[in-house]
Amino acid sequence: MRKTCLVVVGIFLHFFSGFAQSSTDSGYESRKLKLEEVNLVSSYYHQEGNNSAVTGGIGTEKLTDFANVIDVKLSKYDRKYRKHTFTLEAGVDAYSSASSDMVDLKANSSASSSDIRFYPSVNWTVENENKGTTVGFNASSSFEFDYTSFGIGASFGKKSKDNNRELNLKAQAFFDQVSLVTPTELRPGGGARRDEDDYASSARNSYSGSVSVSQIINKRLQLMVIMDLIKQQGLLSLPFHRVYFNNNSMLAEKLPSSRLKIPLGFRANYFLGDHIILRAFYRYYQDDWGLKAHTIDMETALKINPFISVTPFYRYYDQTAVDYFAPYKTHAVTAAFFTSNYDLSKFNSSFFGTGVRLTPPNGVFGSSHFNMLELRYGHYSRTNGLNSNIISLHLKFK
Amino acid sequence: MKLTQKKCMLITVFAGSLLGSSCTAVKEYQKNRLNDGEMTLSARKVQKTEMSFQTYREGASGANGGKTGGGCGCN
Repeated sequence: MRKTCLVVVGIFLHFFSGFAQSSTDSGYESRKLKLEEVNLVSSYYHQEGNNSAVTGGIGTEKLTDFANVIDVKLSKYDRKYRKHTFTLEAGVDAYSSASSDMVDLKANSSASSSDIRFYPSVNWTVENENKGTTVGFNASSSFEFDYTSFGIGASFGKKSKDNNRELNLKAQAFFDQVSLVTPTELRPGGGARRDEDDYASSARNSYSGSVSVSQIINKRLQLMVIMDLIKQQGLLSLPFHRVYFNNNSMLAEKLPSSRLKIPLGFRANYFLGDHIILRAFYRYYQDDWGLKAHTIDMETALKINPFISVTPFYRYYDQTAVDYFAPYKTHAVTAAFFTSNYDLSKFNSSFFGTGVRLTPPNGVFGSSHFNMLELRYGHYSRTNGLNSNIISLHLKFK
Repeated sequence: MKLTQKKCMLITVFAGSLLGSSCTAVKEYQKNRLNDGEMTLSARKVQKTEMSFQTYREGASGANGGKTGGGCGCN
């Protein structure tokens, strides 16, 4: 898979190098389409846990996911000297999930045990450097066996005259369809294996607005505040999540058809001395399902020299449970809404690890187009027993 | 929800006062540290898949520049 992706990167570079033009000293900006950069992010993720929502809050959550995302950024100037940037992105996740395999309790390896997710997207921004404004539009999609999603969005950015402050506004809408894949016991006639087209589907729509303001405080410190408002409507539960009640009966998870989320984030980056950069992030989150959460993320970038950085990090997360959560066989049959999904239970988690970033002046491994390599490992641990590891690689070509 | 609005207002006012006060006018030629690749006010690109799994495994999401919807994360 990785070999295939590298070949794809090579083809992209070769193809788009035909558009490239070297810049001149006269300040003239090319009106032809120019390849800015190509990014490839690959990651391997593995998790273990024993609170699967598919089996009602008990049972294995073992899961592996191999993800590859490639993006190609192109730019050109128009007659009014506005910069147009086009970003084409495509991602593929190949995952296997032991819990999804239990949609059919009798199967050793059912159709749900593994899947591929494909998610292409495009983004177009127009930057007017004289006015300090940027207008953007994007479209995205995601396809997997039981879920499809289409999204559109628009954004507007405005810089202050001295370029020390920037305001960004963003609006997005996602129109999703969830296939109604229920546990086999709840299907009429016991539920033999069926094709994707056999299932009915239900809509899940998300609408979000985002405002962010960034500010340079001095030569070493800059801050950003981000506020999102997210409204979701439609089928927000998953039909193959089982819930076992205190009278031993079982039904598919049921959650309200509307959810309002309010996250508020704060970022601060500080350049300490000549070799250390401190990166901090805090987020407060609250929604109308009763979930409140705090996230604190701290990272230090230690510059060994101008071209090599080591980036240890630690992230702490704490959340309360949603009002509708209860563990295996503790829900009352009279409940209007119910879930045993431990992702919505009360817990806190720690995520820590380190990364290495290489940006040699002559290119990585001496290749002038191979601009940057970043490798990062993280271990995630939740107080309710879920543990996972992730290793990610980012390659940038220019 | 009233409590939420009050908290949000307080945090917004606090953040706004931080942004608006004690700022020094920094000229372009003084921004060599601010323009360092590690100083970008966003998550790293290499964190893209990390942010995805955190969105799936945790109830909270948003306000970090990542996606705010779309895609399932059902597993």
